[in-house]
Amino acid sequence: MLDCGLDTTSVLNFLPLPLVHRLNRLLLLSFQELKECAGRVFVDSQPEFCLPERELLDLSTIDVILISNYHCMMALPYITEHTGFTGTVYATEPTLQIGRLLMEELVNFMERVPKAQSATCWKNKEIQRMLPGPLKDAVEVWTWKRCYSMQEVNSALSKVQLVGYSQKVELFGAVQISPLSSGYSLGSSNWIIQSHHEKVSYVSGSSLLTTHPQPMDQSSLKNSDVLILTGLTQMPTANPDGMLGEFCSNLAMTIRAGGNVLVPCYSSGVIYDLLECLYQFIESANLGTTPFYFISPVANSSLEFSQIFAEWLCHNKQTKVYLPEPPFPHAELIQTNKLKHYPSIHGDFSSEFRQPCVVFTGHPSLRFGDVVHFMELWGKSSLNTIIFTEPDFSYLDALAPYQPLAMKCVYCPIDTRLNFHQVSKLLKEVQPLHVVCPEQYTQPPLSQSHRSDLMLELQPPPMPYRRCSVLNLPFRRRYERVYILPELANSLVPSEIKPGTSVATVSAVLHSKDNKHTLQPPPAPPTKKRKRVIEEPPVVLAPKPLLSGAVPLEAFLATLQKHGISEVKVEETADGHILHLQAEDTLIQLEEDGTHIVCDNNEPLRTTLRDLVLRFLQKL
Amino acid sequence: MPEIKVTPLGAGQDVGRSCILVSIGGKNIMLDCGMHMGYNDDRRFPDFSYITQNGRLTEFLDCVIISHFHLDHCGALPYMSEMVGYDGPIYMTHPTKAICPILLEDFRKITVDKKGETNFFTSQMIKDCMKKVIPLNLHQTVQVDDELEIKAYYAGHVLGAAMVHIKVGSESVVYTGDYNMTPDRHLGAAWIDKCRPDILISESTYATTIRDSKRCRERDFLKKVHESIERGGKVLIPVFALGRAQELCILLETFWERMNLKAPIYFSTGLTEKANHYYKLFITWTNQKIRKTFVQRNMFEFKHIKAFDRSYADNPGPMVVFATPGMLHAGQSLQIFKKWAGNEKNMVIMPGYCVQGTIGHKILNGQRKLEMEGRATLDVKLQVEYMSFSAHADAKGIMQLIRMAEPRNMLLVHGEAVKMEFLKGKIEQEFSINCYMPANGETTTVTTNPSVPVDISLNLLKREMALGGPLPDPKKPRTMHGTLIMKENSLKLVSSEQALKELGLNEHQLRFTCRVQLQDPHSDPDTLHRIYTHLKSVLKGYTIQHLPDGTVMVESIVIKVSSSAEDPNTKVLLLSWSYQDEDLGSFLSNLLKKGLPSGLC
Repeated sequence: MLDCGLDTTSVLNFLPLPLVHRLNRLLLLSFQELKECAGRVFVDSQPEFCLPERELLDLSTIDVILISNYHCMMALPYITEHTGFTGTVYATEPTLQIGRLLMEELVNFMERVPKAQSATCWKNKEIQRMLPGPLKDAVEVWTWKRCYSMQEVNSALSKVQLVGYSQKVELFGAVQISPLSSGYSLGSSNWIIQSHHEKVSYVSGSSLLTTHPQPMDQSSLKNSDVLILTGLTQMPTANPDGMLGEFCSNLAMTIRAGGNVLVPCYSSGVIYDLLECLYQFIESANLGTTPFYFISPVANSSLEFSQIFAEWLCHNKQTKVYLPEPPFPHAELIQTNKLKHYPSIHGDFSSEFRQPCVVFTGHPSLRFGDVVHFMELWGKSSLNTIIFTEPDFSYLDALAPYQPLAMKCVYCPIDTRLNFHQVSKLLKEVQPLHVVCPEQYTQPPLSQSHRSDLMLELQPPPMPYRRCSVLNLPFRRRYERVYILPELANSLVPSEIKPGTSVATVSAVLHSKDNKHTLQPPPAPPTKKRKRVIEEPPVVLAPKPLLSGAVPLEAFLATLQKHGISEVKVEETADGHILHLQAEDTLIQLEEDGTHIVCDNNEPLRTTLRDLVLRFLQKL
Repeated sequence: MPEIKVTPLGAGQDVGRSCILVSIGGKNIMLDCGMHMGYNDDRRFPDFSYITQNGRLTEFLDCVIISHFHLDHCGALPYMSEMVGYDGPIYMTHPTKAICPILLEDFRKITVDKKGETNFFTSQMIKDCMKKVIPLNLHQTVQVDDELEIKAYYAGHVLGAAMVHIKVGSESVVYTGDYNMTPDRHLGAAWIDKCRPDILISESTYATTIRDSKRCRERDFLKKVHESIERGGKVLIPVFALGRAQELCILLETFWERMNLKAPIYFSTGLTEKANHYYKLFITWTNQKIRKTFVQRNMFEFKHIKAFDRSYADNPGPMVVFATPGMLHAGQSLQIFKKWAGNEKNMVIMPGYCVQGTIGHKILNGQRKLEMEGRATLDVKLQVEYMSFSAHADAKGIMQLIRMAEPRNMLLVHGEAVKMEFLKGKIEQEFSINCYMPANGETTTVTTNPSVPVDISLNLLKREMALGGPLPDPKKPRTMHGTLIMKENSLKLVSSEQALKELGLNEHQLRFTCRVQLQDPHSDPDTLHRIYTHLKSVLKGYTIQHLPDGTVMVESIVIKVSSSAEDPNTKVLLLSWSYQDEDLGSFLSNLLKKGLPSGLC
């Protein structure tokens, strides 16, 4: 299984988990669980996630799950727990550690504000059909699930086996997997799955931009038979650098006007780059006294962890570690008290909180986490600004339940993953035989159907896949690696067939263990010393080799002569010659692709003739 | 036969200036490039003239690998790369790459600035040398070139210490560097997978020692320090700035905290702060426990341990001082030692191995009068204690590693000859593998016997595996047949039929037909049936068919019957077989010539 992501956009259909239960929502359709708010209907329940497909196959038959980055593992507990899964999950160390933090955060957000009821009535098909959009169009609602528990997270993550970039891991002796740096986030990887003769690359969430992670390893993707391509940018038209600039200027503008800035974000990833950018920006923009707050149950861990993965960072940051200095400048921001982090808005934060300020907090869907509190606190004032940087959620949908809203909204999604232009350049570079990708990449986005530059155009065209489709990868396995033991190799007798090409017949015993094959010398034939050897039927041992070539008439006659057979009558036929050995009353039919020896009652002669014919032929 | 050659230029039957040359599959690799603490002359560095008498080493070496940052493993690196001349790749782990230049600079300062030596490498040379370094990650397979690949494993000896697996084709060598098989307070234990190298090159510092449990040694250490402090003595612990020092600091820090002790603990040299910083940033290289708790409490932020100033040495009252270097051969530790040596209340605890020729080595051997520079002698009155905290594998650990890696041959370096000899005997006895212990400059040659990798056609393999049944029968091995096509560099094993097709050759059918006369007074069909029954009873395990078109087939051999024109009782059997069934055909014609047994129905 390649990746194990969670579709969290489903939570947009739910009401935010408020810190204080407000009662100003209207009841709708006499269902307790549906509430109208700002002209839209939401489900009033613990938010639920849309899971990966679980019905199509028996999850207990999955041997291995490969994780490409920490955003792509959020569904892991749903797959590995309570499903009979007994396989192994492979991921890099930063992916595991930061993935754990993100899951921990999610669980914490949910458990902080427990809701007693879990809405199910609206999922009834008859009812759902009658609901207004977008609830009406939500798919697979029956499979939506509430968040997992910390216990399930721990159990799921205990199945993770750590791997390093370019580490080769043998799976069952049959294939070798190897993660490569994908340049997108700390520890993010593309995967190579290869046997001795076939190579499949899985490219997911890659970036060619220079941010904090190690640059993408492109050259190792070369010579792929199949390249599976996914995780391209969700914002193909938004330039990350431009967005970063916009982010800074909007932030500065709001602060100068005396307002607060709210940045809903994940606790790891782009936030490191935002902080680094701000580190350089603060002084020049005269924001030295503005407090920056990072509020998340895992804020401290995330900041600490980012500093200890020197091996996984870009070259510049590695060099800093050698000095030794922390690779990320947020260490200095913390030291100088410019950046403060808190596990939640309760406790220390409430007493130290000063405005105007900048707050980084989750969750970017605005449905749960501390961000909900700030929306309610700051939403009514037009001095304040909310800046969206995460590309996963439509900001209009995210804001829907908070309408009407006085605060300014700025949308600068920063998605550093590959865009279509970069992909086509990459593919030209690595030249895979076939490309497999999601169907969406093969046509321009619905809203911009004229933008033919926003799709993949390749020769041969990519093979598209969609949810639950089964795809046959277009290659045939023809060869497998086998090892010939030195004893056997030494006993082989090669003969040259054509210049540069030799053949040798091999008779050997095949040993297969853990999908590794070796050829060993055949056992010595039993040397039974019996008197009536001839009476015993021959043991099936080596069948004779196949023959090739032709027997030339003149040379053959000369050889016969040498062996005392001279009375030969040659008769020409349509396909060759018939040799009549008159003294021996024997016929030899010589043809281009066959020789037929008809010889009665004279075994010694027959074997002589046989050996003479064989002299002219090649054995295979 | 392919061979692997191993030649130590240093650390052959000795500890110090580790430098081992390995030739494998046409590649030459230098493992470590260290200096010797016990010498101040030419012998301090490995003898690179062994590689070439004149000129640079670049064309003779494919790569250099440094196992960890101790000077006896990397101290000669700038000399080798910048003064002798080497421009190829140098591999080491990230922490080693970070820390190594600092120790080299330290070493250079002591040698050039303090001892006034000239003709030594410069700071710039250290920098230039480090530019040639390519960092290694654990378990990452690094392709040095198309054929040579290396992979690092955790060795646990100091921060960033690694063992390396070197592979060319199917031949491989593992070099352990220095390693530790028991986790300690700050590092984990060495680990390697069952990689079955042709040669395992292992250090053998503690070849004959089997150390008691770590806990006992720690308790012992704390007891001694505590007793000395109680009676007002000063305790000197000579250490190297990085490594053991941090472990002992953690140990004392927790002890001071628990016992609420007030005596000061100092750590000499400005390196401390920096050294601890390295540990914080490379926390992924420390042990499980420290890694797990580092967000809450970083073990390398010490409350009780303060920086040392030279003037403190004369302060009255008890104190504990960690001072560098660890073998008392120079620097601050030696200065303090000289100051404190005369008082029997004081104590020096040597927590690691000392190379021959150093003062550390002398006092550990019980020498009480030391000759110092300028004919002065120093009376050693203070207590000398030795505690093996240096993180080398002991005999048990070495055996454990052999069990892990399952090497075909063993080669010992980095140890004393007598001790090696003992361990060699033990290894050969317990594992029945050859164990070598070459001296410096002596070459050990091991012939390898690699299997030949071949591509087998999947059709042939599947057919063969299907015939073999689900479970192989070890008593009746099945023989498979195929044709090996050797073309340029490719080796393909295919079925004979496919070989013909691939090579564009026609098949030549060689057939034999034989008439056999038989006296059998029965009708033709009856005779045929009698033959069928007869063959059925004689030939066990063959496919025999009586076909409706009036033939009997044994495997692919066709037998037909016709009556002779003159005598209906004389039957003429026509046997026809192809060359592939020659053995059986020949047997059948002989068998049928003898006639059919009368008892047949």
